[in-house]
Formats: sequence, structure tokens, C-alpha cells
Amino acid sequence: MANIPENLRYTKDHEWVSVDGDSATLGITDYAQNSLGDVVYIDMPRVGDKFGAHEAFGSVESVKAVSEVFTPIAGEVSEINEGLNDSPEKVNSDPYGAGWMIKVKMDNAGAADALLSADEYEEYLSTIG
Amino acid sequence: MSSDELKRTPLYQAHIDLGGKMVDFGGWNMPVQYPAGVIEEHMRTRTKAGLFDVSHMGEIWVEGEDAIPFVNRLTTNDVTKLVDGQAQYSALTNENGGVVDDLLVYRFDQDKLLLVVNAGTTDKDWAWITSHKGDDNVTLTNASADYCQIAVQGPLAKIILEKLTDTDLDEIKYYHFTTGVVDGVDAMISRTGYTGEDGFEVYAAADKARQLWDKLLEAGYYGTENGILPAGLAARNTLRLEAGMSLYGHEITDEITPLEANLGWITKLQKGEFTGSDKLNEEKQRGVSRRLIGFEMTDRGIARDGFDVYINAKKVGYVTSGSPAPFLQKNIGMAFVPVEFANVGEELKIDVRGKQLSAVVVPTPFYRRQK
Repeated sequence: MANIPENLRYTKDHEWVSVDGDSATLGITDYAQNSLGDVVYIDMPRVGDKFGAHEAFGSVESVKAVSEVFTPIAGEVSEINEGLNDSPEKVNSDPYGAGWMIKVKMDNAGAADALLSADEYEEYLSTIG
Repeated sequence: MSSDELKRTPLYQAHIDLGGKMVDFGGWNMPVQYPAGVIEEHMRTRTKAGLFDVSHMGEIWVEGEDAIPFVNRLTTNDVTKLVDGQAQYSALTNENGGVVDDLLVYRFDQDKLLLVVNAGTTDKDWAWITSHKGDDNVTLTNASADYCQIAVQGPLAKIILEKLTDTDLDEIKYYHFTTGVVDGVDAMISRTGYTGEDGFEVYAAADKARQLWDKLLEAGYYGTENGILPAGLAARNTLRLEAGMSLYGHEITDEITPLEANLGWITKLQKGEFTGSDKLNEEKQRGVSRRLIGFEMTDRGIARDGFDVYINAKKVGYVTSGSPAPFLQKNIGMAFVPVEFANVGEELKIDVRGKQLSAVVVPTPFYRRQK
């Protein structure tokens, strides 16, 4: 059973978002890391890059597959998790903690409210088996 | 295809019990990895031992006084060179010299050969082989469902298997086999594999699969820090790629000849005619126009199957297999390029989702075990 923390917001692309004021922290969910398998490389944006909602901001590569990661909210990248360059496996071992990927300064501070709640995401996972 | 329609090996339930993540592989429901994960499964196979269910592979018996000439006419390697108890890597070729499948040919005696073919191509191969039986005095039997095949691979493979059999495994040289008894079960023990490590492939009756599988895990101290690990298709792929071995549908297909795919060493044009040998002779005289090479990424990034290869800003080829190499800790792959660029040290660009990343041609195999 995938771990789905109550306090986060989710997307159907299996990203999670944690909101603090107008700043959002993004990563991929436990379900996503489990589907990908051992993560070996993460292609990250640069601080200052701007993305619209639903744009791909990077990719996560595992031994057997690559998956793009999308930001569900528009904004500017304010920080990236440099630690993942040397330890991409943190995305597997701690997807909601040390495996966070980027922080975004949101164009619209309320944008994350429209995303899935933990319950809704869990229900969505049950529909995709 | 829903998972209900997929074929299962006799070890399906064992994979479920071990927490295997099951996927559709050529119509078979197979474990792509277990909870340890592909990197650990790969590393454990290189350093200790890994256990693989390869029961989905096809087994075709060729029996009768024309067994050797019949198989010799359909395959590239020289079957007449085999002695009893020896196995040979070979290829079935079509009239154009393309590869119908790659396979192992086992010689039991001069009237009895076993062909072991790929899972996804078993039906195609069976149709191909039976349709080429003319007046040959041979009996063909597709016995794929009758057998399980379990591969125990890695530096500890021999001492693990030794615990379960009285057969002297030291007497079985590489690419040889013998019949014997493993944990009370009649088996064929073959010193072959698809990982680049020492190891064995054990063939037995399908209904004995679970017993042998569980006993091999137990004999290999599965569950301990340095114990054997069951390894899934993902590790099987990265292990064979590091070892520079071809995967059917990638490095070799109906449209690729063995000469292009660096399989000249199993293509014995001197042995006499076989299917496609005229085309292969011509190609050999003329020289191949493209050739399979190994490469290693020099930029950060991973080349994947099907990505385009560029030289001097011109698209010249494509990646047949590309992956991170867990043991080598590099990103490697194989690709077809025009023969004039198929030289070690040649610099390539690979289009990784719109970015042209650098790679360099390197010798294969990428990995060679210390003997």
C-alpha cells in the first residue's frame, strides 16, 4: 500500500505538493517511486526557470524507465534539491522528505487548493489498480 | 492484455509470494523485480548469486537420424562440431540472412538435439522450424510447457547448486551440460547463462519448479545479507547488457543479420549452405554497411532503446539497448552505426529527449568477469 501523507496535495501524474505561504515544494509520490524502481538520475531545472501549470520541469530516470515530472502550478523555481545529484536514491527511500525535488514561488498562492487531497489521491490510485 | 490472459510460468505463485512486481513480457506475466530492487539484484548476482525464473523460454526437441543436418541447415553455427553433452549459441536465419531468433542448441546424441528459444518467439520459431521440415527424418516436439528452467548465476552459483546434487559440477565445462538429479528431481544441468557470470541453468519437469526454486533459495541463504536473491527481468536485462549480449528484438531482429550484430563468430559460412547463407556470403564479401557498437555516455544522461544517434550533426543510427549499468556505474548502450564510424573512440551524439548528449564508442563486452 502506497504511503500518502494527509497534509500534502497530489496530482494524477503522481506528484505531491506541500504549500507554505506562496512557496510550494514538489516531489513524486511513494506510488511513483515504487513504479519507477531504483532512481539513478534526476534532470532538474535551474533556479529562476519559470513554468506554467502542467509543464514538465524535469525527469526522473530509474534503471529501467524515465518519467517526466510536471509542476501542477505555475511559478518560478526558487530552489532545487542539490542533494539528489549525488543521492538520487533518496527519491526512493524518502519521497516526501529528503527526496523533495524543487521549490516553486507560486504565481497564484491559492493554486494548490485545486489539487487532489490525500483521500482523493488514494481513491484515484484504487481506480488505476 | 489483462493479467488474466497472460501466460504464467510454474513459478508464478513463487514470484507473488516473494513480492515480485509482475509485468507483461511478451505475453508472459513475469517478475520485473522483487522488493530488493534491480540494482541490488544485479549487484548480488555479480558478487554472490542471483536466481532467475526462465521457464518462459521455449524448448523444442529435434529427434531422428537427420537431426544434425536438419538443424545445421536452419542455423548459422556448425552443429556438426558439437559433441554429446555440449551446447552451442546460434541463430535461426531467414532467406535474407535476418535473424528469426537466437537460440541454444544442445546435443544429447547424434539423433537428439534440444533447441532452447526465446519466450516471445517460441510460436514463431515453431512455425518456422516445422515449415522447413522437408523429407528430413526428424520428429519435432514443442515441449515448452513441459519444463521449468531456473538459472542460478554468480560466483557462488556452483557451491549453491552443489548442495543439492551429487553431479560433479566441476566436470561440466562452460557451454556443456549433463543430466543428473537435483534435490531428488531428474534435471538437465547446463553451464550457461545470460549474465556474464559463471552459473547454471537447470531444466526439470514443470511440476518440480517450486521445489527446486525454494531449495535453491534456501541453499543460497536467501534472506541473509550476502545470500542469493531472486532477480527479475530488469536485472536480467542490465546484466546481459553489461556482458554485451544480444537481446532478440533489440540487437537482432528479422531485419538484422548476424554479421551486422557482431555475431560473425557464430556464423560459419564455411560449413555449407543454410537458410540465408547466400545473402550472408554476399554481405561478408561486400562488407557490412552498419555494425553494432557499444557506447558509454560521457555527458550525464541515459540513452534508451530507440534513441537516435548522430555524428557530425547527421542522424546515422539508433540505440538498440540503453541503460544505466549498475555494476560499472556508467550509462551504457549498444547502437547500430554506419561501419565507417564503428570504431572504438568514435564520438557520438545521442538525442535524449531533444538534447544532444555525448557518448563514445567503447569495446564490448562492457563487463568481463575475473576468472
